[in-house]
Amino acid sequence: MSDVSEQVFVDQSGPDQVPYGRPLDAEVARPVSEWRRFLRIFFQRKLVVFGVAVLVVLVVVAIFAPWIATHDPYRNDMSKALRSPSSEHWLGTDSLGRDTFSRLVYGARTALIVGFGTVAVASVVGMILGLLAGFLGGWVNAIIMRVMDALMGFPMLVLALLLAAVLGAGIHNVIIALSIATLPAYTRLMCGETLSVKENEYIMAQRAMGAKSLRTMVKHILPNAFQPTLVLVTSMLGNVILAEAGLSFLGIGIKPPGVAWGSMTADGYRFLEAHPQLSFAPALCIMVVVFAFNMVGDGLRDALDPKLRGVL
Amino acid sequence: MVTYIVRRLLMGILVIFLMSLIVFFSVRLLPGDPVLIFVAQQQTGAQVTQEQLEKLRVEYGLDKPVPIQYLNWAKGVITGDLGKSIMYRDDVGQLLRDRFPVTLYLGLVSVAISTIFGIVFGLLAAIRRGTWIDSVVTFLSYIGLTIPVFLLGILLIYVFGLKLRWLPIAGYTAPWDNYWLSVKQSIMPIICLAVAPLAMTARQMRSSVLEVNNMDYVRTAWSKGLKEKVVVFRHVLKNSLLPVVTMLGISVGLIFGGSVIIENLFAIPGVGRLLVGAVFGQDYVVIQGGTLVIATIIVIVNLIVDISYGWLDPRIRYE
Repeated sequence: MSDVSEQVFVDQSGPDQVPYGRPLDAEVARPVSEWRRFLRIFFQRKLVVFGVAVLVVLVVVAIFAPWIATHDPYRNDMSKALRSPSSEHWLGTDSLGRDTFSRLVYGARTALIVGFGTVAVASVVGMILGLLAGFLGGWVNAIIMRVMDALMGFPMLVLALLLAAVLGAGIHNVIIALSIATLPAYTRLMCGETLSVKENEYIMAQRAMGAKSLRTMVKHILPNAFQPTLVLVTSMLGNVILAEAGLSFLGIGIKPPGVAWGSMTADGYRFLEAHPQLSFAPALCIMVVVFAFNMVGDGLRDALDPKLRGVL
Repeated sequence: MVTYIVRRLLMGILVIFLMSLIVFFSVRLLPGDPVLIFVAQQQTGAQVTQEQLEKLRVEYGLDKPVPIQYLNWAKGVITGDLGKSIMYRDDVGQLLRDRFPVTLYLGLVSVAISTIFGIVFGLLAAIRRGTWIDSVVTFLSYIGLTIPVFLLGILLIYVFGLKLRWLPIAGYTAPWDNYWLSVKQSIMPIICLAVAPLAMTARQMRSSVLEVNNMDYVRTAWSKGLKEKVVVFRHVLKNSLLPVVTMLGISVGLIFGGSVIIENLFAIPGVGRLLVGAVFGQDYVVIQGGTLVIATIIVIVNLIVDISYGWLDPRIRYE
């Protein structure tokens, strides 16, 4: 693993390329392309390339699930229960005769919907709360941030379990439960950003000129907070998918007609000795996808904000 | 220092209070009437009259407004009375007292293993930076943080339980009842619980050793001609251990989260299994009691971590 913070952040992809790492003379320095610099650092590590590849495949599979699946993932056929892998059923069938491969394909949809749905809800709500806490300060800040402390004190899975129990099973409720469980990270980030932007002299100048509304603040805070939030969102995606898998494995996540890799693993567990692929295939899918999201998250962090290394 | 400890204590109490509010009021939103669920679970077949329902409601204090219910519950919690389980018709405090030792035993062993091995692996990776040891440790720590705990559990069960038949695939025995059986039964659960915190500790240790390695006093130690062993153990290790102390709180959280899944997979009668059972049985008294006790333990661990951190590192100032 290379240490990004030691590198010189200058674009070196011009025609007369200088050896990597050598400082450029002032007269040769060209305008730096942010985008190219980003891409270079981002794709520097092979594991990030792997992560991006997996995610592209995952998204394609999720979108085109009906065309990729070889069978109807919901159709029971007891006469075909617990078949071993064959040319017709690539990964065999489960105890209700459903095609495992097709269910894996549809499971990709569930994983992506829960993952992206949760980070979308949690990041928007968290950012609003953090903005309010940082902007208004005082007792609003105290209340919001102490509640976040309390939420953070629970182990994520225990809190998700509690909330999922309250809300009941189902994909929407899982998204809500996981959003609440991951809310504090976004709120804290946004509150910190708001407080630091508030101290800037240009904000003071604006205030001196009479602008004091939240709207002007937001205009300055959001651009600043965009990159760290993006890094946080990506690194959260893996955690969220892992937590959803845990809930579904316990039978508290996605309801039976819905297909989730976690519940497939739990269902297959009863037949572990004779049909190990029923459990291992979905569990491996979860692992590969979570690994891919974590790698992309690390790559983004290195490329956008090397300061965050080791913090997130 | 004393002011700091007192302030930290008060803050901890405030957080526990807020947690109890979160637990209590979210559980109140549970779908279904707990009394009806209770009656359905008794399965006596006898017709239950309206009066009997009312009597049960009074017995569990469900006839009063919710804020009063909270105050009653909080009063009980402070005096050590967590209420009566709807499903087990037993004292929740007693249920937790029966099951916590199991979770704590497995959890403490896992914390010890993950901390010790995490430190050793992280240190090795850092002082042999860029070699194969570093690559292996870094890669394995990625895997350890990524692998779903149930995948690891199933994998171990499949290989060591079903194929090799070396270890029993489920169950729990206290070490003082049958030591050898207890060891054999707890090897796999402990590995599963320890992997994630181990990976995290190793990563933290590696980066903190790398940071300390850049310090002037370490360069001085090297230039004095000290042997590697002396530099590493006397100068680097002590200071790089500090950030690892903070990992303890996170490790405990990870292990409690993991035990919910692992205790169900291995049929271990601990708190995690009790909680999941209570979720299915909609036994809100057990859910709120169990969650609150777990949360309180984590707050206390973090409190101890914070205070000992200041004690270990005198550079930290208390404002």
